[in-house]
Amino acid sequence: MSKKKHEPKFHIAKRDALDWWKSWLIRICAVAAALIVCALVTVVLTGENPIGVYVKMFEGAFGTKRRIWSLVQNIAMLLCVSLAVTPAFKMRFWNIGAEGQVLAGGLATAACMILFGNKLPSVALYALMIITSCLAGAVWAVIPAFFRANWKTNETLFTLMMNYIAIQLVSYFTYIWSVPKGSGQIGVINQSTRSGWMPSLGGYDYLLNILVVAGLTVFMFVYLRSSKQGYEISVVGESENTARYVGIDVKKVIIRTMLLSGAICGIAGLLLVSGTDHTITRDTAAGRGFTAIMVSWLAKFNPLYMVLTSFLIVFLQKGAIEISTTFGLNSSFSDILTGIIIFFIIGSEFFINYTIKVHNSKKGEKES
Amino acid sequence: MKLRKFLALALAVTTVLSMSVLTGCSSNSGSSSEKSAETTETGETAGETKGEATNLKDIKIGFIFLHDENSTYDKNFIDAANAAKEALGLSDEQVIFKTNIPESSECYEAAADLADRGCNIVFADSFGHEQYIAQAAAEFPDVQFCHATGTTAHTAGLDNFHNAFASIYEGRYLAGIAAGMKLNEMIADGEFTEDEAKIGYVGAYTYAEVISGYTSFYLGAKSVCPSVTMEVQFTGSWYDETAEKEAANTLISRDCKLISQHADSMGAPTACESAGVPNVSYNGSTVSACPNTFIVSSKIDWAPYFEYIVNCVANGEAIDADWCKGIAEGSVVLTDLNDAAAAEGTAEAIAEAEEKLVSGDLHVFDTTTFTVDGAALDSYMADVDTDADYTPDTEVISDGYFHESEMRSAPYFDLRIDGITTLNEMF
Repeated sequence: MSKKKHEPKFHIAKRDALDWWKSWLIRICAVAAALIVCALVTVVLTGENPIGVYVKMFEGAFGTKRRIWSLVQNIAMLLCVSLAVTPAFKMRFWNIGAEGQVLAGGLATAACMILFGNKLPSVALYALMIITSCLAGAVWAVIPAFFRANWKTNETLFTLMMNYIAIQLVSYFTYIWSVPKGSGQIGVINQSTRSGWMPSLGGYDYLLNILVVAGLTVFMFVYLRSSKQGYEISVVGESENTARYVGIDVKKVIIRTMLLSGAICGIAGLLLVSGTDHTITRDTAAGRGFTAIMVSWLAKFNPLYMVLTSFLIVFLQKGAIEISTTFGLNSSFSDILTGIIIFFIIGSEFFINYTIKVHNSKKGEKES
Repeated sequence: MKLRKFLALALAVTTVLSMSVLTGCSSNSGSSSEKSAETTETGETAGETKGEATNLKDIKIGFIFLHDENSTYDKNFIDAANAAKEALGLSDEQVIFKTNIPESSECYEAAADLADRGCNIVFADSFGHEQYIAQAAAEFPDVQFCHATGTTAHTAGLDNFHNAFASIYEGRYLAGIAAGMKLNEMIADGEFTEDEAKIGYVGAYTYAEVISGYTSFYLGAKSVCPSVTMEVQFTGSWYDETAEKEAANTLISRDCKLISQHADSMGAPTACESAGVPNVSYNGSTVSACPNTFIVSSKIDWAPYFEYIVNCVANGEAIDADWCKGIAEGSVVLTDLNDAAAAEGTAEAIAEAEEKLVSGDLHVFDTTTFTVDGAALDSYMADVDTDADYTPDTEVISDGYFHESEMRSAPYFDLRIDGITTLNEMF
């Protein structure tokens, strides 16, 4: 696209920062365009009218009280992982190991529930679960951080590989703890006693999860914006040399930030295992560790915007699932729709950061 | 122009979005003290189906499949669902499929979603779906939840949670007869001696379901070819094409003269076709891929069960907690024989045995036909009421035979009988 010939018809240039409303306009247009393309694809495959398709998307997310709860719960979980990866990204530490860190936290939680459920008083059990899950997530995150800080290893590959180790560990323990023995799955842990299950507040199972994540969101917002540590993260992210020059201990910041990042991933694992699924499988993180990167990135690392971006992505996923179920399409179809939407959203960032300058004739921006 | 259109659309979308967020929020906040109101509400929506007859037109049945048509296991269910739909005259709106639902909380989500859509029946097809279906059943008491191959419904104490299976061991026994006839023919042709007659069997896991399957198959073969022995190689997966192919090749290299399998890919049948070794298949005919080696296949036909549950709900009758039917009811069927590979007289031999099975003159697990560690059995405690440690709890041998699938629909025959060697174990 950007290959230049002698007389280029257009060239691409970095934009100055756009007004906030302009950049949001572009994003909204991208979502609208994504919806149009999705509708087209669906119409071509099913012959349904596009309005019906949109109505189904909304029904998928808001159709019943249970769906609304499920939507909010899913947003909370995705947001929680996104909050976890944000400080690392802001520091330009490419932590794509959130998936594994969440699983490590979840595995620690499941271990506590299985080994100590019904044996410890519940306060002690909850405390143990919280500590071990944070610790497990933090350990999983700090190993690559330690190597990166000391020997400049590539954190992208390192954190990615740590995911696979976590997944295999979970496989191993689901075999060890499987019920019935040999079935390869743990099943619902402590189903009858509910030992180690997150208490439901006011009869709502997910409310506590949502409140915890809401609290974390505020914490992360304040931490990044107003604390000294948050400032250090930004400086290291902008330039490690500058950070060193002003006397910031870069190693310490990297390790400290990844400890925090991993611990929050551990909490996400805790909420998923103890507060949502009450079991652990290889799929417990369900790709959130990767989707979270997009949520965080799209929101420009601002925790408050991340509420919006995670809402958007979860809403679109739910809608896509609804469409494929209603119109009797294979579940892969919802992945296609989600893929289209995400493609447009990421594409829109290009038009926010860059401008296309058309030579000699008209000027203006091209819509995606 | 174009930009303006985009803007208009974007505005419309955002308006609808924010509206629905608002309504979502208000219904949330308003409902905090309405727990009881909520339950009556769900009671109302599904109340039509409870106790009394429902018009067939008001039936809505949702299916949850582990994979899609690419797996022979799920294809068998999907085909049966479509057949039942046709037979009952259900419309497209009345039958909802959800494919590729893993054995995780996603299964619960799918089941709850189907209930939300007004399904009065939800069916899931994989063993690992069970506890998530049970979870949904507890939450939606007015929807009937049916689960294939599961083991816990008869002890779960939920009125609306049901297990189902079929006496597939009967089908495997008959398929075993076809295998035995083939071995006899090969012996008569002088390809190998009686003592060399050995069957290879590719199994998924060392569970009762698989053990029951290969033992009944072996006993069927032995009923016509008394000198036969068998070797079993497990793959540790229900669907692993490479491992199944590899296992079949291992067995062939160990001089197995005929192969059968209990796993869901085309691995073993295609390995047999390329090695020219006869194959007795499972889940459906593989004759198109294996025209020279496919003999016959046994399979469960789920259409009778689907029709049964729909009719139960339509007539306001209770569904059995644990449903199991066999050859007599058409729940277990054999595919057409492939004359290119099957031995002469096979069809007659199968028909004769089938008649005896149906009439009760013949029992697959007749204790006079097999020994365990050299001795015949007259008593065996099996783990029928599932628990974590497989505690034996029920006497299953009486009247001279092992009562498979009678105490509960899922198989529990897990005896290691003489004549069968397991090359490995896979849990």
